[in-house]
Amino acid sequence: MKMTMVEAINSCLKQEMERDRSILLMGEDVGVDGGVFRVTEGLYGKFGRDRVIDTPLSESGIIGAAVGMAALGMRPVAEIQFQGFEYNAYHQLVQHASRLRNRTRGMFSVPMVLRLPCSGGIRALEHHSESMETIYAHIPGLKLVYPSSPYDAKGLLAAAIEDADTVLYFEPKRLYRAFREEVPEERYTLELGKANVLKEGSDVTLVSWGAMTHVSKDAVTEAEAQGVSVEQIDLRTIAPCDWDTIAASVKKTGRCVVVHEAVKTVGFGAEVAARIMENAFLSLKAPVKRVTGWDVIIPYPTTEDYFFPDKARILRGIMETARF
Amino acid sequence: MAVSRVYEGHTDYLQVLDKDGVLDKALEPDLPRETLEKMYYYLVLGRLWDRKCIALQRTGRMYTYAPLEGQEAISMGVVFAMKPEDWLIPSYRESFACYLRGVPLETINIGWRGIEEGLKLDKKLRCFPYVIPIGSQLTHAVGGAYAMKMKGEKSAVVVCGGDGATSEGDFHDALNFAGVLNTPTVFVISNNQYAISTPRKWQTKSETIAQKALAYGLTGLQVDGNDILAVYKSVKEAIEAVKAGKPAVLLEMVTYRMGPHTTSDDPKKYRDEKEVAYWLERDPIKRFRIYLKNKGIWNEAFEAKVQADAVKVIEDAVVKAEAFKPDPRNMFRYVYATMTKNLEEQMKECFGDSQ
Repeated sequence: MKMTMVEAINSCLKQEMERDRSILLMGEDVGVDGGVFRVTEGLYGKFGRDRVIDTPLSESGIIGAAVGMAALGMRPVAEIQFQGFEYNAYHQLVQHASRLRNRTRGMFSVPMVLRLPCSGGIRALEHHSESMETIYAHIPGLKLVYPSSPYDAKGLLAAAIEDADTVLYFEPKRLYRAFREEVPEERYTLELGKANVLKEGSDVTLVSWGAMTHVSKDAVTEAEAQGVSVEQIDLRTIAPCDWDTIAASVKKTGRCVVVHEAVKTVGFGAEVAARIMENAFLSLKAPVKRVTGWDVIIPYPTTEDYFFPDKARILRGIMETARF
Repeated sequence: MAVSRVYEGHTDYLQVLDKDGVLDKALEPDLPRETLEKMYYYLVLGRLWDRKCIALQRTGRMYTYAPLEGQEAISMGVVFAMKPEDWLIPSYRESFACYLRGVPLETINIGWRGIEEGLKLDKKLRCFPYVIPIGSQLTHAVGGAYAMKMKGEKSAVVVCGGDGATSEGDFHDALNFAGVLNTPTVFVISNNQYAISTPRKWQTKSETIAQKALAYGLTGLQVDGNDILAVYKSVKEAIEAVKAGKPAVLLEMVTYRMGPHTTSDDPKKYRDEKEVAYWLERDPIKRFRIYLKNKGIWNEAFEAKVQADAVKVIEDAVVKAEAFKPDPRNMFRYVYATMTKNLEEQMKECFGDSQ
């Protein structure tokens, strides 16, 4: 069945809640209203207010309560209306969710999922458009999932919900309704920690995640038309990260372009570049190129398009690297 | 349009035994002799253990420790009022409460010796590992209580914090969520008058901490936290109320931290000796001893036996805790449910190939 990303996530949540009674949804406006992006549409009516909780407006309360629920046997899937408001509860991730397993030597754990609508491109208000995966990737004990398509969104979310650890599930808002693709109606999971090689190639490896994977596809098509063979890898998960797939690809191509929407400095692309240095240095024929958002406060909607890597910038990055 | 009153409220204070051990008979909880004896024994054990921990820290056999002296009645009363099906979420000042909940004393000592295994608590005891950050455990108690409700268990979640914690946003979040979600949660705030050096009056303009419950639609009560009978009674009734579906309860236990915040500070710098003397007269063990004496339970022989038994338990725990050798590889093993390849590689790098 052809689904948008919103429909794929909704279908996943419905199936998971039918499968396991300990799964519950919580967040601001996720119930009666079905969420501001309608991701949880219809679930309140189907599962009731005890399992689809319209919470008071407090990210810290939502995540703190979810930690307690998860530690005592539930499987909460909490929606933070916009990732840009999660900071109010960052302490819960650092101090508790990420480390309860470690500090109790495996006795207690926090199997919860935080859904974080993220990134820009939908002409939203201030604080609604950042890509902040790096600040979470820096916390040991968390898993970070970053789907780039409806098919991946459904399979990765099912895997995140059944995972034994806390999973941050980033939803690039601009992909919510950007396109439809074939998504199985039945339940399936995609392994966390395994990257997806979207297309094999021999000259340059392109690594990206989230909305940038989608944007990069056009640049890759253009580069191929200009005679550069690109191997395109979508990370699917930032943590754990599939360093093996990246290294194997770079050993083959000798060149790599990392594309991300987040700002450049200390972006996850820096980690990708460093790991390539560690794992595939002798195969490199060119420096690892980063095509990223600029190191600025992301502009308000009217000029935000100057911020994002677009087809032209990504293509330039590929061609520069190929011809280095 | 006239101004009309839309809300009126009040906050009560509960004391069963006054500072001199004089009993308010009408409020006396009905406790069998055996339980009263046990309570006294654990109060004494708690104090001796606490002093032992400080001595261990001073001689380099323990790391930073947060002393309990003066506040023992709260940990005691709370745990004695709880049922096996209830959950306890303690702060670091209530590590002794974990022992009362059934955690071996050597496990607690292992924790204060700077070893994570000290927080590996058997889930069946329904006792959370104590937490170090201030206030962020309060919302866990709301989610935990919600989980109990969803699982159809008749359990309350009792969470502890201090007066400093009431200034954190988490305190607001927790009380607000507990009210709106109607969870069976009991908040026990030990108002020991200081958050490290900052006095209670600089934490809040509020006359009491207990009255803050009113704004959230919860029940609030101020309790003499140095009166073990009052602590026991208030927690027991609070647990019964929230299990019956009544709103969550906020209990302010008024007490005093006789020692420093932790072994790393000197309270002489921020409070005067007259104040300490005032609270010494209100010692929780002293008045409970008078109560037991009046009941014909306490005498010199009983005291001697209690002390001797307690010392034996404490010394035994110290020996066991000091014999415990942690496996440093565990730092890699429990980051995730299944170790990632990245961590496997780092563990190998850390320990060489002997692994």
